[in-house]
Amino acid sequence: MLSLKLLQNLWKRPEARAFPPAQAEILAALQARLQEASQRRLGRSLAVRHVDTGGCGGCELELQALDSVIYDLSRFGLSFVESPRHADVLLVTGPVTHNMKAGMERAYAAMGQPKWVVAVGDCAIDGGVFQGSYACGNGVTTIPVDLVIRGCPPTPHQILEGLLTLLEANATGG
Amino acid sequence: MMEAGAFIRAAQKEELRPYPRFLLSADEWQALSAALVETPHPALLALWAESDRVHALFQDENGDLLPVASPVVNGAYAALSPARPAAIWFERVIRDLWGHFAEGGRDYQPWLDHGTWAMAAPLSLRPKARVGEELPREFAAPEEEDVHQFALGPISGGIAKPLHLRITMHGDSPLAAEFYLGYAHKGIMALMRGKLPRVAARFAARLSGDATVAHALAYAHAVEAALGVQVPPRAIALRAVMAELERIAHHLFQIGVIAKTAKFGILHAGCGTPLEELRAGTALAFGHRLMMDCVVPGGLAADIAADGQATLLGTLDALQAKIQDLAALSFSEPAFLARLQGIGRLSEKLVRELAPGGPIGRAYGSHSDTRRRPGYPPYDSLEVPLPDVSSADAAGYLKILFAELRTSMDLARRLLEHLPDGEISTPLTASSGEGLGVAEAPRGDIWHWVRLDGGMIAASFAADPGWRHWPLLEAALVGGTLEDMPLCLACFHCSVSAVDL
Repeated sequence: MLSLKLLQNLWKRPEARAFPPAQAEILAALQARLQEASQRRLGRSLAVRHVDTGGCGGCELELQALDSVIYDLSRFGLSFVESPRHADVLLVTGPVTHNMKAGMERAYAAMGQPKWVVAVGDCAIDGGVFQGSYACGNGVTTIPVDLVIRGCPPTPHQILEGLLTLLEANATGG
Repeated sequence: MMEAGAFIRAAQKEELRPYPRFLLSADEWQALSAALVETPHPALLALWAESDRVHALFQDENGDLLPVASPVVNGAYAALSPARPAAIWFERVIRDLWGHFAEGGRDYQPWLDHGTWAMAAPLSLRPKARVGEELPREFAAPEEEDVHQFALGPISGGIAKPLHLRITMHGDSPLAAEFYLGYAHKGIMALMRGKLPRVAARFAARLSGDATVAHALAYAHAVEAALGVQVPPRAIALRAVMAELERIAHHLFQIGVIAKTAKFGILHAGCGTPLEELRAGTALAFGHRLMMDCVVPGGLAADIAADGQATLLGTLDALQAKIQDLAALSFSEPAFLARLQGIGRLSEKLVRELAPGGPIGRAYGSHSDTRRRPGYPPYDSLEVPLPDVSSADAAGYLKILFAELRTSMDLARRLLEHLPDGEISTPLTASSGEGLGVAEAPRGDIWHWVRLDGGMIAASFAADPGWRHWPLLEAALVGGTLEDMPLCLACFHCSVSAVDL
């Protein structure tokens, strides 16, 4: 009796009806909404890799100040990371000495997509006072620069302003 | 053989202001290099070159300065490195920039020249064109079993300077540590050449961002000595105010870095607040947070802001209490102090040979402070006490930093309270001459040498204390364990840019 029941059940088709395929339009709309929400919630964070291409150390002092309790960079979702592989932003200071050019380019190449480059300080923008030296070029020229922050050195406030603008652009998918 | 100091003094004198120079023939220079092996005195502070001669700056045991020069014959001069290890780095740079060869030297590896410039020996009379020639630093590979090497940089750490560090380890004990620098070489001496002293001051001020006032000051002293220019008293007082504020900022930063490295987070955070208050004060008073380009040959670029004096005195008052709290916090935390004890111990012989300056030198028992000797105004009328030395390690260094903070606060306050009235600058003359200038930077003695020709810079050199501190740091890194290395690096905190020129 039991074996008959088992056999019947084996031959019978399931009671549950087949599920209709996902509707392409709704799927696309949902995906877009999810993307937007996650971007809003998770996109407000940028990992920054700093590269000193031979500056005097002035810009670096102001970057260190950003990490202090006064500016408290991490509350904005900005953090300095050790490896360019973990970074969204390559933050370049210094006039890009010939001796540091290859290092900077390698760090850029190691970064995953999407990536941003920020040139901080007059040196990184166009060589600053060191323009025309036999030992350096005119700032960051061999990798694409997305944002420049002027000053010699720029104040921590100016640097923060620039980075927050970038954060906003990144979060709103600009 | 005569004692080395007496041997130098017996030589023919030449005009260099304010310390006359002794001119040695190539043979006499060689004899001097042999005589130096016998004795640790005089100490070598700097070694540099011109297209046809080589210069050295010595200081004898009484603190007297002995500038020496000698002609370069057939592109070579006798090396001083067998007798003075500090000369090794200078000799490598002289070869890279001027192309002169140090005969009998201890290291011939390039340093600044990585083979990326369009020419070799860029400061020589006729630099040779060069294309696509690589000059990689060769590191001796470990041959023993169980010995391994690891490399850091030029891009490493969080916000870090461009430098390469090669460490050789046996298990977890360091056998050797070697720095390879030059990544920050900007060609500052070539950029200064042919410019008016005030224009060239922008480069001197950018040798090292955290010692920008001190470098600009030493450079201004050299130019003013060469031209025989008198600086107005108000400028002298304000320059010293800036130099002391720079020292306060550096020491606060330095204590913060040591605390961060030793994982004493609350002290690191605590240093950030007064430091930022100070920067806000200097920005209001002098128009620049780091006071860059404020000191120029002849005086100051601009006077202090109308309410700058009151602002800075208020800042100093606010800092006083905060710094006292930080000191109390540091010295009441036994775990923190225990972590610092024994870090950076070195043999007395090496310390004597490298003659470190500044708070590092004073931690190792040196009495060197250029504000005291040779001294320069306004410190001749102010008392600069030497800090008490407790131990020649990171713990002793921390105490010295706090003692110097108190001294600098006191000096800055006294100078601000009695600020003389009057001009802030004297015009420079378009004459010729040579000058040697000094300033006590937060990290030690900075020496600038300039030769002016018709009011223009014909040649110059800047000797940062880093030249003597980097080799000392290499030795200190090997003295401890792998875990001590970050603390050693944090304490020495040498400038890369200032020695990379």
